Amino acid sequence: MVMRKRFKAAGALAVSALLLGVSACSQGSTTKEPDAGGSQSAGPANIKIAYQQWGPGTVMKNFLTGAKAEYEAANPGSTVEIVPIVASENDYYTKLQLMMRSPNTAPDIVYEDTFLINSDITAGYLKPLDDYIKDWADWSQFEETAKGAAKAQDGKTYGVPDGTDTRALWYNKEIFAKAGLPADWQPKTWEDVLTTARTIKQKVPGVIPLNVYSGKPMGEASAMQGFEMLLYGTKDTLYNFDQSKWVVGSQGFKDSLNFIKTVFTEGVAPQPKQSLDPNWGNKVGSDLLPNGKLAIALDGSWLYNNWQKTGAKPWPQWTEVLGQTAMPTQDGSGKGKVSLSGGWTWAIPAKSKNPDAAWNFIKTLQTQKNATKYATDGAQIAVRKDVASDAGYKSSAKSTQFFTDLVAVTVYRPALPEYPKVSNEIITAMEAVMTGQSSPDEAAKNYDEAVESIVGKDKTTTESQ
Amino acid sequence: MTTTVAPSAAAPAPSGEPTGRGGPPRGAKLVRMLPLTPAIGLMLVFLAGPIIYCVYAAFTNMALTGTGANAVKFVGLDNFRKAFESSAFTNAIWLTLVFTLISAIIGQNTLGLGLALLMRRSTKLVRNFVGTAVIGAWVLPEVVAAYLLSAFFNDDGTLNVMLHWVGLPGQDWLYAAPIIAVSLANIWRGTAFSMLVYSAALSEVPKEIEESAEMDGAAGARRLVFVTLPMISRAILTNLMLITLQTLSVFGLIYAMTRGGPGTKSQTLPLYMYEQAFSFSQIGYGTAIALVMLAIGAVFSLIYLRGLNSEAA
Repeated sequence: MVMRKRFKAAGALAVSALLLGVSACSQGSTTKEPDAGGSQSAGPANIKIAYQQWGPGTVMKNFLTGAKAEYEAANPGSTVEIVPIVASENDYYTKLQLMMRSPNTAPDIVYEDTFLINSDITAGYLKPLDDYIKDWADWSQFEETAKGAAKAQDGKTYGVPDGTDTRALWYNKEIFAKAGLPADWQPKTWEDVLTTARTIKQKVPGVIPLNVYSGKPMGEASAMQGFEMLLYGTKDTLYNFDQSKWVVGSQGFKDSLNFIKTVFTEGVAPQPKQSLDPNWGNKVGSDLLPNGKLAIALDGSWLYNNWQKTGAKPWPQWTEVLGQTAMPTQDGSGKGKVSLSGGWTWAIPAKSKNPDAAWNFIKTLQTQKNATKYATDGAQIAVRKDVASDAGYKSSAKSTQFFTDLVAVTVYRPALPEYPKVSNEIITAMEAVMTGQSSPDEAAKNYDEAVESIVGKDKTTTESQ
Repeated sequence: MTTTVAPSAAAPAPSGEPTGRGGPPRGAKLVRMLPLTPAIGLMLVFLAGPIIYCVYAAFTNMALTGTGANAVKFVGLDNFRKAFESSAFTNAIWLTLVFTLISAIIGQNTLGLGLALLMRRSTKLVRNFVGTAVIGAWVLPEVVAAYLLSAFFNDDGTLNVMLHWVGLPGQDWLYAAPIIAVSLANIWRGTAFSMLVYSAALSEVPKEIEESAEMDGAAGARRLVFVTLPMISRAILTNLMLITLQTLSVFGLIYAMTRGGPGTKSQTLPLYMYEQAFSFSQIGYGTAIALVMLAIGAVFSLIYLRGLNSEAA
């Protein structure tokens, strides 16, 4: 018996030693931040660059491959390893975060969505770039709003944006003609959108009248292209900036969920189980719209990158077949139309082994020529003045002017560390409503409770303005 | 393997405790322990380590992004409080119990017993054929099985086609009744295990007892209920315990078939845990749910163990 006890004691000791060791290790590695040292020139180095590869699109892959060749030619001895992370929305962020946790796996450059960047900055995953940026002439070419996109609450900048986007309704004029609807469509209210969708359902069977992204598999696309495009057209918002509090219990939230319920129960949207396919976003861009199976899509300005020569589904006729119109507000009040903007940034993980070389590569990605190339091929809205004024960019697509004009009404998501968690609760509520599992009121109530537990009850308010 | 009539193994043998009886001196015992240390060390590092780390994480705000990723701090019972206040969690508990009850306790268990009983009387050919088919489902990799079954339950899958043949209306099983679909899938996949356990147990039932029961007038169902089943009751309890614990933690099958959806209609605890930990980045909360799952498993085990002990007495 004595022996046993001793054994236990020894075991416990060993285990606690182990645990202490583990936590000591992680402590050590988080506090030891490599020096910025922007002025030093980087010697030959291997850099790893991670981005999301999902679906058939290869725009980013081609762009990076070109930049890699350019960089390796200019820096003999250096190599660039392109690391595609093959994963859908939420999985991509998870995989990236797991990679950035350890110096052994951290890439040197990561592609970060602006909605997540504040959360990852708070997590200590990213390196402030101010020391690099201050010596970089091209930074002055960036629009002020774009510079703010990756600026954290500590006032430092953590990412270089490569474009932004706006959102609106894309519609197929050929299907509209079959349904006897005008080619120049200008909906003024949500009801207008619904009425048009109902007409299409009635007159053109076999076509999905309206696609609004919804549910968990589509991740942030559901929250932003789907839900927030509705919510920001009501009198309510997600976050009250005056009080610095999250909005709960708003009528706009319930109305937006009700819109989701309406389109799915009336069958003017795709079947819920289609929408819940993680590949749905790819399908909309590379199959449904080009093949005339979808009449109206609430989607992003970049959608046409699928149809360019370099895209997943070349379709030159899109400029004639598709029209774009702004998403109206709920009852036509306010500015009458609504749009949301996001965008992606290049960032350097705090645990990168070669931050200087990584920065040099970001500069290669962001030469005027390359920035213009990506803005054009990737169907971005330019965030740099020299790109925006480039003749090639301006004439790159018929829809560019339309989507750029939406910048006047566009709204940005609350760029706060808690936003990704709140966004997860939004898509959970959407999925509950679209599958008929909860009523909009129940789902809104669950959302309110979840937000209260995420941010704390004292950080919520019922007033949107 | 057979747990039926082995009285020596049933009672915890006192001989397993050498310390009680004189034995060699202490120094010699320590030397004897020496070869065990690498094994014990490995167990501590790779088995006890993660478990203790999991317990630790369950009481923190550990996360993959945001504040919980940078400054991990103790939050006491907050994760558990949050879980029990959340309707998604209670939904997951409820679905886990339904899934375990339908697919393991009722489905795999009775079907496995039924097959074992029937196969005892069938010809060798039938026995081989059925055995191969059932065990075939069991040896298939989980994801392959899930893929086959989602094709079977799909809107235009085999099941609905067969229902149409007999004039019954079909439905989209994976969408309308996902928890039933995944439960049936788990029965299909897991029955082989129960069948093997019961086949082994039944082969240990002496023929003479059954025959004398028949002589006394207990035939058919009566003989099964009053003679055969009591004789294999220990095997039943052991089997129940094993399949319950296995089923509580089924993840791959459900994830590949429905991802816990639509909505949360088939989101059992393992799937909820995965979503919270890896889709929504809340590692601390996810591990807290894992602990709750462990507790549920422990409750089931205790119930079965009690049954086994009272059997032994």
